[in-house]
Amino acid sequence: MTRVLPWLYLCLAFGFIYLPVGALVLFSFQDGSLPVPPFNGPSLKWYGAVLADRGLMAAMLNSLVVAVGSSAVACALGFLAAYGLARHALPASGLLRAALIAPMTVSYLIVGLGLLIVFGRLGIGLSLWSAGIGHVVINLPLCFALIYAAMGGQQVNAERAARDLGAGEWRVLALVTVPMLAPAILAAFFLAMTFSWDEFIIAFLLTRFDVTLPVEIWSLLRSGLSPKTNAVGSLVFVISVILVLGLEVFVFRRRRQ
Amino acid sequence: MSGRAPRRTGRGFVAPALIWTLAFFMVPFAVMAAMSLATLDGRSLVWGLSADNYARILTTPYLRRAIAVSLEITAIVTVISVVLAYPLAWIIAFRVPERWQRLALVLAVLPFWTSYVVRSYSWLLVLAREGVVNQALIASGLIAEPLTLANTRTATVTGFVHFFVMLLTLTIYANLVQLSPNYRRAATDLGASAFQTFRHVILPLTLPGVVTGAFLTFVLCIGDYVTPQILGGNNELTVPQVIMVQLGRRADFPLASALSVVLMGIVTLAYLGSARWLRLDRL
Amino acid sequence: MTAPIVLDGLNHHFGPFHALKDIALEIAAGEYVALLGPSGCGKTTLLSVLGGFIVPTAGRVLIGGRDLTQVPPARRPTTTVFQDYALFPHMSLRDNVGFGLRMAGMARRDRHARAEDKLAMVGLGAEAGKRPHELSGGQRQRVALARALAVEPDVLLLDEPLGALDLKLRRAMQDELKAIQRRIGTTFVHVTHDQEEAMAIADRIVVMNAGRIEDQGAPDRIYRRPASLFAAGFMGEMNRIAARPAAAGIETRFGPLALAAPPGADDLILCLRPEAIRAEAIGASKVETGPAALRIGPATVLDAAFFGTHCRAHLRPERAPEVTLVAHLPAKAPPAAGTVLDLSFDPDEVSVFAAEAGR
Repeated sequence: MTRVLPWLYLCLAFGFIYLPVGALVLFSFQDGSLPVPPFNGPSLKWYGAVLADRGLMAAMLNSLVVAVGSSAVACALGFLAAYGLARHALPASGLLRAALIAPMTVSYLIVGLGLLIVFGRLGIGLSLWSAGIGHVVINLPLCFALIYAAMGGQQVNAERAARDLGAGEWRVLALVTVPMLAPAILAAFFLAMTFSWDEFIIAFLLTRFDVTLPVEIWSLLRSGLSPKTNAVGSLVFVISVILVLGLEVFVFRRRRQ
Repeated sequence: MSGRAPRRTGRGFVAPALIWTLAFFMVPFAVMAAMSLATLDGRSLVWGLSADNYARILTTPYLRRAIAVSLEITAIVTVISVVLAYPLAWIIAFRVPERWQRLALVLAVLPFWTSYVVRSYSWLLVLAREGVVNQALIASGLIAEPLTLANTRTATVTGFVHFFVMLLTLTIYANLVQLSPNYRRAATDLGASAFQTFRHVILPLTLPGVVTGAFLTFVLCIGDYVTPQILGGNNELTVPQVIMVQLGRRADFPLASALSVVLMGIVTLAYLGSARWLRLDRL
Repeated sequence: MTAPIVLDGLNHHFGPFHALKDIALEIAAGEYVALLGPSGCGKTTLLSVLGGFIVPTAGRVLIGGRDLTQVPPARRPTTTVFQDYALFPHMSLRDNVGFGLRMAGMARRDRHARAEDKLAMVGLGAEAGKRPHELSGGQRQRVALARALAVEPDVLLLDEPLGALDLKLRRAMQDELKAIQRRIGTTFVHVTHDQEEAMAIADRIVVMNAGRIEDQGAPDRIYRRPASLFAAGFMGEMNRIAARPAAAGIETRFGPLALAAPPGADDLILCLRPEAIRAEAIGASKVETGPAALRIGPATVLDAAFFGTHCRAHLRPERAPEVTLVAHLPAKAPPAAGTVLDLSFDPDEVSVFAAEAGR
């Protein structure tokens, strides 16, 4: 009994975890207009509908642009800050670190609301740019923390050696520090990308005409249950999984070697 | 350290990130806090130092109710998620053979990467009146009429628990495997049963990790708008839902700001309450 | 409390890796045995089999005459001192040491008394309320020992218990471990890769290599007359001198030696400990009385270094100039480089092995 019980629990837990995903993917192939049993598929017509939907396709592209752009900015700022704090004796460095990490502890809704108020006061129009700014705010602490944690002592001597051999500050960064920290920087970039790609509430509050994919999906939901939503959801899932597997294979596996 | 470069360049490196955080996080937050002390006169905003909005939150039944609902749902979700995730992490860490562990872990958290909005929608498919659960129960003859599962607090809690079980399994697993296996060996060597090993050795050692995960769950859960909005229906609203109602229909930014400050206050209290055990740096 | 151990036909596989090969070993009650070998030789696996953490693929483990092969660690009369000590960081020393007694259901007052007793035994009676992180490495090691002994096991297993300590502390702990073992009479099985530690503490050393027992016996016997080339090499520095079987004994570059050769081998190796080589000034030799076959003859000193108890010298024998010998000479007068000395050795101090063995 005690031998079977853990496995039974494992199966039940996996069943619970995969029940909604299974229903999502299965009924994306539904040959009918309701994504509920009985299953009449398989049919690819809802995927066709998604690919033909200009709004969805545009939103997907928008999401990709915002994700790549905001993650790149967050990574660059996070890396520089981590380098400054790890390699230079700064006054009040504990306070600086806390200030950089602070946005992580505040819910996205509040970050979005604050920016919405400020942009409204300043008369700045809402666009993909404003959403991107919001995404940098939430991803910067993450990128900073990941890269700062990876800045161990082992690079310090390599950096000293480079300086000793005549490299200036920026060349030390470009030729020694960045290559040595590449796994952590890439990991931070991928993780920030998946967060931005998936983020809803900030994008919802801070975009107007051009919207990101989660916001476009949100407006699809108003029409109730539809296999088309299943199809786009399954597509997003597959893309995210590919990103995660890419992270796993190219970053973590190499780091372990 | 003697090998460190001068301060001036160090400041230069930190400045961009700091300015960004100041301009787009701290300043907006301060403006929002100031906004919570302003009032609306008709449609126009009157800045000031008024506690009106907070007084309204304390005296208006439906606002007080929203805070209570948020706290209740968050507490229920946090407890259920920890209780469900701990055994799962334990089984993956200590029962699944080592070569399959990483696969089991990746599989256990893979649906984490479905779009957040879509994940709640998927639970709607499962819990709807014509959905998978009801049809399976009717087909098996257990019930005659479909149960009302969607648009209830149960649905909200289910959707949240699904998300946080994955998150907590990941953090608790990380805590379990970083313990030296010799702790478990030493305990059994000295005569402890599996349960005694858990109760006296492993649980106390992983408690900081569990509390950290629970705190994260609390913070993310109490601030979330999507899951209760999609799954919870209109019978009861959470604080984030009420904030969105104030922003949308009424454009009552001062009240929305005050509610946000209250939300922040609750999170701060939760932080102070669990700070003793928190290891945010070890996530 | 104490008990004898019998290991019979033990084999263990980790997947395709054959970690233990036909292990047969008997340990008497109250004996202090050291399992000695390089990392990966199977000594820690063998200890895990004794402790019940690994069920061997084949073979039996008998402790005190009972077959315990399948019995889990919690119900064995063995306890382990782990390499990383595995002290529970959230418990006081008192609670750490009393943990086994608590699991056995002993009342709080009794187990506290007993835990404090054991802490006093290892010299930490005054620290019972401290947490492990407040202690030094050596103190933690003592607490781990006290915790393992508190349940009064028949057999105590020690997995490289002194590995994390610095040399001076390690020497002191070796003496203390041995003294405690003498006093309580429990059977100790101690895993180490340090042959000096093994010699310092054990009644008997079991030398392991690649999953097999290469040799076992009293420390001086294994050092002087090792059973295999591997055991000879692992127990300390030695000179390896090529040899061949001859009509009367063996033939070396220094001439024939009247020593028995292992049968069936064409290439032999003569093992000569550095301290077994004796050196005298040319002409002053008094070795004339001994058998001439044990003379190496004149050799030139290449260099010599002072080590306190002896002087370690490299020498080139005239009869075999391509060989460099290492010798431990008396510390009193280190010879200058270029000095020619007359070398000889005691026949009891050498061993002869087939050249393939131990590869």
